Amino acid sequence: MLTILFDGVAYGMLLFVLACGLSVTLGLMNLINLAHGAFAMAGGYTTVVLVNSFGVPFFLSLPLAFLVAAVIGLVMERAVYVHVYRKPHLEQVLLTIGLVFMAVAGTDYVMGTSQVFANTPEVLHGQFQFFGVGIGRYRLLIIVVCGVLAIGLQYILTRTRFGSRLRAAVDDQRVAQGLGINVNGIFALTFAFGSGLAGLGGALGTEILGLDPTFPLKYMIYFLIVVTVGGTSSITGPFVASLLLGISDVAGKYYVPKLGAFVIYTIIIVVLIWRPQGLFSRASAK
Amino acid sequence: MTLALETIGLVKQFGGLTATNDVSLKVEAGARHALIGPNGAGKTTLINLLSGVLKPTSGRILLEGDDITGLPQHTRVHRGMVRTFQINQLFGDLTPLETVGLAVSERNGDGMDWWRMAGSKPSLLEEIASVLERFKLADVMNERTAILPYGKQRLLEIAVAIAAKPRVLLLDEPAAGVPEGERHEILASIAALPKDVTVLLIEHDMDIVFSFAEKISVLVNGGLFVEGLPGDVAKDPRVKAVYLGEEVHGQ
Amino acid sequence: MTSPLIRRATESMLSRARWHPLEIIFWAGAFAAIWLLPTRHLILTEIAWLALFALSLDFLVGYAGIISLGHAAFFGVGAYAAALLAKHELINEPVLALFAAGLVAMALGFVTSFLVLRGSDLTRIMVSLGVALILRELANQFGWLTGGADGLQGVTMQPILGTFRFDMFGHNGYAYCLVVLFVLFLVARQIANSPFGLSLVAIKNNPLRAAAIGIPVDRRLIVIYSIAAFYAGIAGGLLAQTTSFASLDVFSFDRSADLLLVLIIGGVGYLYGGLIGAILFKVMQDYLSVLTPQYWPFWIGALLVAMVLIGRDRITGWTTPFRKLAAKLDWRAARRDAAAAEDRR
Ligand SMILES: Nc1ncnc2c1ncn2[C@@H]1O[C@H](COP(=O)(O)OP(=O)(O)OP(=O)(O)O)[C@@H](O)[C@H]1O
Ligand SMILES: [Mg+2]
Repeated sequence: MLTILFDGVAYGMLLFVLACGLSVTLGLMNLINLAHGAFAMAGGYTTVVLVNSFGVPFFLSLPLAFLVAAVIGLVMERAVYVHVYRKPHLEQVLLTIGLVFMAVAGTDYVMGTSQVFANTPEVLHGQFQFFGVGIGRYRLLIIVVCGVLAIGLQYILTRTRFGSRLRAAVDDQRVAQGLGINVNGIFALTFAFGSGLAGLGGALGTEILGLDPTFPLKYMIYFLIVVTVGGTSSITGPFVASLLLGISDVAGKYYVPKLGAFVIYTIIIVVLIWRPQGLFSRASAK
Repeated sequence: MTLALETIGLVKQFGGLTATNDVSLKVEAGARHALIGPNGAGKTTLINLLSGVLKPTSGRILLEGDDITGLPQHTRVHRGMVRTFQINQLFGDLTPLETVGLAVSERNGDGMDWWRMAGSKPSLLEEIASVLERFKLADVMNERTAILPYGKQRLLEIAVAIAAKPRVLLLDEPAAGVPEGERHEILASIAALPKDVTVLLIEHDMDIVFSFAEKISVLVNGGLFVEGLPGDVAKDPRVKAVYLGEEVHGQ
Repeated sequence: MTSPLIRRATESMLSRARWHPLEIIFWAGAFAAIWLLPTRHLILTEIAWLALFALSLDFLVGYAGIISLGHAAFFGVGAYAAALLAKHELINEPVLALFAAGLVAMALGFVTSFLVLRGSDLTRIMVSLGVALILRELANQFGWLTGGADGLQGVTMQPILGTFRFDMFGHNGYAYCLVVLFVLFLVARQIANSPFGLSLVAIKNNPLRAAAIGIPVDRRLIVIYSIAAFYAGIAGGLLAQTTSFASLDVFSFDRSADLLLVLIIGGVGYLYGGLIGAILFKVMQDYLSVLTPQYWPFWIGALLVAMVLIGRDRITGWTTPFRKLAAKLDWRAARRDAAAAEDRR
């Protein structure tokens, strides 16, 4: 029971790291980016290739996965995404679905169709017992890394200059611009950082989520759920939403394996009926 | 005198900000009532509450004696209260003809009619044509609204509301952004409204307010500050203080 | 009393709904293909139901302004409903069964519309995507009914109206699909030109103002969502009936996403977009997927990205010459202009 809770928390935290970038870009630029999972996939494959083919230590490959995904994110932001910030959501959806398809087919072409895993070091294998709770070492790593990241993010957003500028830009772009804040720079940086986080999540997640070229499609709905349920006004919302999603998904698949997939959808529907604007929306006008 | 519109202790809070503060307003049937106040006083918020765009934090709204506080926007329109917007809210892809036609046919209860073609009821077309004519929109009636000059859009903004044949009309700065030379068209159209239509007018231009209003309410910081006849309000030192204070502030 | 202005206004309002010569040519061509292109009837059949499917999405995207990423949900429900009705011999006559399949999809559309109405574009995308996923999972789990991952096999279709058999060359199949498409298109056209259709465009343009002139926005959206689901269900039913088969793939995300592309190629919000898009899409698929069958999605993706970046207007702008030509051909428009000029004098 507690083990399931533990696994659920690990899964949820992983989802948070994967999706929080999406939540910030949506809040900041009002951008619907369905291709977010492609950056996670880029990070995942970076780790797999580095570890399996070049013998780079797993722990070193994680920051590299972040970096690769962030750089790709930066390039894509400047080259492609800037053009659709002010366009209607329909165009953003079309563009980013197009990117997903290209990423899926392109990865398939380069890396092959089959599922891949990174060779993780011995330390991370197996479980140990802690007061009767079976704790998977790998999942513990995920919780630690993602927990540190979540706290770090919260700190950056609430305590630093960059954070306050970011929040100013989210609240009102024009006012922020007027205050001499370089909104475009903030957009690019945030996008890159969010993509990097997704990449890191993808790298960490190969073991749990599985990695194959259809990754961005398979997990698109999870990211969307985190963002719609969690809202975009803080990172606490997506965090709680991720945990909720992770725990209910793991528990659902364990207790009612046949209907496991429906548990999360049922929860989502209940949440949407109860709070149509998401669990943590700002006190909204309507 | 019967009341067309009444609010009782209306309050609206946005987070910590109280945009409407315990407003109890009475608008008599057939009145020419103006609502004035400095920028950010909460005039538009009050209109949003009356029209149902916003839900009040507390308080009640009565339309012709009936409580309409919980009703959705479209029901309030069907009950005869229609508003205009300070910032144009139009249908960019439709023409003025279609826009006015839509408003007329919705009022007529034809909105769900999907089998008959739009524009096939002669009686409605007569009415549509007369609205277009009155608001000087006949010559541009087949242009897309999005490409009309601002002045025409502003006229359409009001024409749409009139097409819904309101008994109570809420006008939120109808002349906002319209250059001096074109204002008279808008003023004339408002002045020409039938006497039995109740009008609540928000306006910054004092010439318009004093030429139009029979009664004035002054809103400051979300609350009703002074109410009375135009002459009394104009002389009221507190009102002067508010407006002068603001002007000094603005410079 | 009829002033010149009233006459002109009436004329302009009604002219929206008039048949354009190009439209007549379009449909004449489609029906002529029954006799002129007998070897292409299989692909023409696919075009016909895809066109209907895209038309139903145009109701949402082009008229009501609702972005859906899960329109395949209704298509799939229609397909399974039609296949199951035939397999278990519940309704043997295909036309009736098709109508029933549409109604089943419509019921689903009605129920899910309440979820879709709530919230923002993002919520709508998430919900529509989720509904399609859930249905796919349901079809997978309830294998005893749906055949699970193998698909629903052993469906035999009875003759249409008791007379026309579904032949293996798809001759009758095409004629059947085309007639269904045409009839539903006529209805769609009527809807689009009615006060109801006008109110949808108004809602898409500005829901705030729509409510302020007394349009019950939510109710209208529920209605159009249900109608769109009905159309999609019929399209799915046509697929199942003409192939005597339904599989999980009817619910796939790719199907919903491809459909958006179909609609975008043809142009959004003027009814023919879905039809023209379906023709172009299928022809393109025919060529490209022969060249690179496995990487076909890559080209779909590239096309989507290109269309957005280059600007939909410029790409779909290729229809502009046609529209201009159409305007010249339209003698009634010319007569109307002349009448207007006369009024001014
Ligand atoms: N949706 C909202 N959320 C938060 N604050 C709001 C909202 N709408 C209005 N406000 C705030 O409420 C106050 C009143 O605004 P309102 O627009 O009603 O003023 P107004 O009297 O119409 O001003 P103006 O003359 O400039 O039109 C302002 O401080 C404004 O910032
Ligand atoms: Mg205002």
